[in-house]
Amino acid sequence: MQLDAKIPGGPLETKWDRHRFDLKLVNPSNKRKFEIIVVGTGLAGGSASASLAELGYNVKTFCIQDSPRRAHSIAAQGGINAAKNYPNDSDSIWRLFYDTIKGGDFRAREANVYRLAQVSNLIIDHCVAQGIPFAREYGGLLANRSFGGAQVSRTFYARGQTGQQLLLGAYSSLMRQVAKGQVTMFPRREMLDLVLVDGQARGIVVRNLITGEIERHTAHAVVLATGGYANVFFLSTNGTGCNVTAAYRCYKKGAGFANPCYTQIHPTCIPVHGEYQSKLTLMSESLRNDGRVWVPKKAGDTRRPEDIPEGERDYYLERIYPSFGNLAPRDISSRAAKRMCDDGKGVGPTGRAVYLDFRDAIQRLGQPEIEARYGNLFQMYERIVAEDPYKTPMMIYPASHYAMGGLWVDYNLMSTIPGLFVLGEANFSDHGANRLGASALMQGLGDGYFVIPNTINGYLAGTKFAEVSESHDAFQESEAEVVAKVKRLLGIKGKRTATDFHRELGHILWEYCGMGRTDEGLAKARKLVADVRAEFWENLTVPGSAADLNQSLEYAGRVADFLEFADILILDALARRESCGAHFNEAFQTEEHEALRDDVNMSHVAVWEYAGEGKEPIFNKEPLNFEFVKLATRSYK
Amino acid sequence: MSSKSINLTLKVWRQQGSKAPGRLETYKAENISTDASFLEMLDIVNERLILEGKEPIAFDHDCREGICGMCGSVVNGRPHGPEKETTLCQLHMRHFRDGDTVVIEPFRAKAIPVVKDLVVNRSALDQIIAAGGFISVNTGQAPEANSLPVPKDKADLAMDAAACIGCGACIAACPNASAMLFVSAKISQFALLPHGRPEAAKRALSMVAQMDAQGFGNCTNHQECEAECPKGISISNIARLNREFIKAALASAEELPVAAKKE
Ligand SMILES: Cc1cc2nc3c(=O)[nH]c(=O)nc-3n(C[C@H](O)[C@H](O)[C@H](O)COP(=O)(O)OP(=O)(O)OC[C@H]3O[C@@H](n4cnc5c(N)ncnc54)[C@H](O)[C@@H]3O)c2cc1C
Ligand code: SF4
Ligand code: FES
Repeated sequence: MQLDAKIPGGPLETKWDRHRFDLKLVNPSNKRKFEIIVVGTGLAGGSASASLAELGYNVKTFCIQDSPRRAHSIAAQGGINAAKNYPNDSDSIWRLFYDTIKGGDFRAREANVYRLAQVSNLIIDHCVAQGIPFAREYGGLLANRSFGGAQVSRTFYARGQTGQQLLLGAYSSLMRQVAKGQVTMFPRREMLDLVLVDGQARGIVVRNLITGEIERHTAHAVVLATGGYANVFFLSTNGTGCNVTAAYRCYKKGAGFANPCYTQIHPTCIPVHGEYQSKLTLMSESLRNDGRVWVPKKAGDTRRPEDIPEGERDYYLERIYPSFGNLAPRDISSRAAKRMCDDGKGVGPTGRAVYLDFRDAIQRLGQPEIEARYGNLFQMYERIVAEDPYKTPMMIYPASHYAMGGLWVDYNLMSTIPGLFVLGEANFSDHGANRLGASALMQGLGDGYFVIPNTINGYLAGTKFAEVSESHDAFQESEAEVVAKVKRLLGIKGKRTATDFHRELGHILWEYCGMGRTDEGLAKARKLVADVRAEFWENLTVPGSAADLNQSLEYAGRVADFLEFADILILDALARRESCGAHFNEAFQTEEHEALRDDVNMSHVAVWEYAGEGKEPIFNKEPLNFEFVKLATRSYK
Repeated sequence: MSSKSINLTLKVWRQQGSKAPGRLETYKAENISTDASFLEMLDIVNERLILEGKEPIAFDHDCREGICGMCGSVVNGRPHGPEKETTLCQLHMRHFRDGDTVVIEPFRAKAIPVVKDLVVNRSALDQIIAAGGFISVNTGQAPEANSLPVPKDKADLAMDAAACIGCGACIAACPNASAMLFVSAKISQFALLPHGRPEAAKRALSMVAQMDAQGFGNCTNHQECEAECPKGISISNIARLNREFIKAALASAEELPVAAKKE
């Protein structure tokens, strides 16, 4: 597998400008001769569809929900970063770049991350112009707050609904292009295969989720923006529809999958409470601005939190990481919570929870101010847990949240398949081994509004395209495969549901491939997952038919892909002989239980290549060269 | 959290497809933890139906935290169920009593027809947004973000309106099946912000025309929409829409758009 990242040479600050100058352009009147498929309408796909259509390309956009406005990005709460430096607190593009590289534990590409920091300010300008009601100060100017992993205030937000507002902005721009006829929208379609002609991505095969029909769609390029795979853990903060299917099917068609073992476990989620549970709810990280995290000093302390005197509480984040305190990055905070619970200091009915306490903030600022800042989050908590967090501390525990890993892309966001571009959470590009808060929204919109509209021109202008119609053999073959798979799922007629298999897979991964990993555990997980996979194809039951809306069938297909994908996730964890960011192999840790990187041998992107049914995937690597920052041990102490 | 188990009798609307006739079917929901959400209760019932070889109840959902607007059914006569400002996915079973009978039906309105069981087609709402629910700014055109200050109270009101999740409960609640609350929320958001003013008149005229073209009813001030809206969208937005519309119709040189088409 050729892994040329196509990073432009020269000074970091001017790489993007120079690259844009060097890329071939498509003449405005030629743009309408090109068709581009965008799969996904989250921040990445929504913004890409709108921007590409504004340029004059003919765009066909697909999503699985009934409306593009419902992509999972809608659920993002806390905010979006930008290097505006409005608070005058010494922020800069360089600092945002550096924080993001360091936050990713020096496992991301410098050039990509720098570009992200550069476009961050343009994103805010554009979103404000779209009418997004960001929080403002009394003077009418934009407000900022701080977020985990940063010592400056650079996060823009719209109450606790930043993702919703940003997505509705992208959606409104998208619908404007739908009205103009520049985008054709295909909701309730699930992409089930990528179609290659002469080695180029030339279309997709989708299932119409309402009629069950299999449809073929052609294009000159395919932009994949199908989100992350955190649901491989079954319980996660992601929406129930989030899946790895589209990305995984592209992997099987030859796209390299990068760093699948980098999965983020978010520290502040509402703890698990029952087997029937279908998802975990995130309590935004912004809460750690004012909430203090603690556990009782004594293991097995069952007193009510109010009854535990100050001297018997361990504010462990403030103790271990005095300079970042409760704002320590996610990977570090999550592991610290796990260690506390492993030591028997966990609280709540299951002992797998820690307190997030607002008592001091309420005393300092008054309840109305806390309400203004976090009202909707407190309400959400009370609805689920039936306890009032103004009176008693919240209980939180880490949960699977985000996928840093994803399809490998070069600087142009093109995968190893020519013409297949990958945006947003679905790619691996900018967050290294750990993502900082408020940077996924930035990346999704950066990719969609500002990167792809530039880089796709270079590909379209510089490539020869054969005439391809929907009756091309490659489409026939793809469709036949998709139909056969659907038939197979319906034909097993066993005794266990897809949910049941998915839950079992999640348990295995959470146990052996979650916050703390060991070689033995990972090897065991590989075997266990293989067993579940084998049983799945023998003992699954899917009711109904393929000829209409069949949610059980859709879901079973996604679980089948998760079961296969889990294998490369585990393989990747085994192959990474270090701990870095969210990947923590217990064999590689400092005396203080912090991740121990191996920059000499492990400073690379691990890229997995599909080798065929039943064969071991092939391992490739893209070395990471750090020319502009000095690799340092990541310390938040 | 103190959980117990309850047993319920469900009467659920089953309809094979948009043209098929539908009927209420009875199911037992047994041993439901009061900490489970309403959708998790349906999951449990569905798991059992699947194991009995029957088709599970189709219902839409995604985020399960009250923000995507995907879920929503009429529960005992009320869109999204009995709790104020709560989506169906955020409704917890602790609000029901052991032995209750719970009737679950789809949102009903001509403009948002049933697809299957509890799943409805709300694409008419997308059409209304396409007709004018945006600010015409291309990527790259925007001025510096702080160049146009927005009074905080205006920004807050715009945010209140922008919180609409597009679920359609207001339509299901309205005796006229009007989409006025939904439309007014979007119109208000932009009308309150200086960035949205240049197109305010055109937006009000086109979105209202599209709403009519999609077959939604008129607003005759029943206020059921506000009572059932899970996001607390206020009917003061409808008053603002009416002002914007009248202003636009009187003052605007533009004619009422005739282009509104039904999808
Ligand atoms: C609860 C929560 C809170 C968060 N808060 C923040 C925050 O405060 N700040 C921040 O920066 N980040 C946050 N994140 C992360 C961030 O929201 C996501 O990483 C980001 O929104 C992903 O955007 P996306 O466009 O890549 O994908 P998504 O928004 O997930 O969109 C995926 C799209 O692909 C479509 N799709 C998927 N599969 C298929 C298929 N097979 N066929 C067709 N279509 C398909 C879906 O329909 C959807 O339209 C949060 C995440 C969660 C879960
Ligand atoms: S106004 Fe309220 S009820 Fe109507 S669509 Fe919006 S959120 Fe739903
Ligand atoms: S499932 Fe998203 S609002 Fe209920």
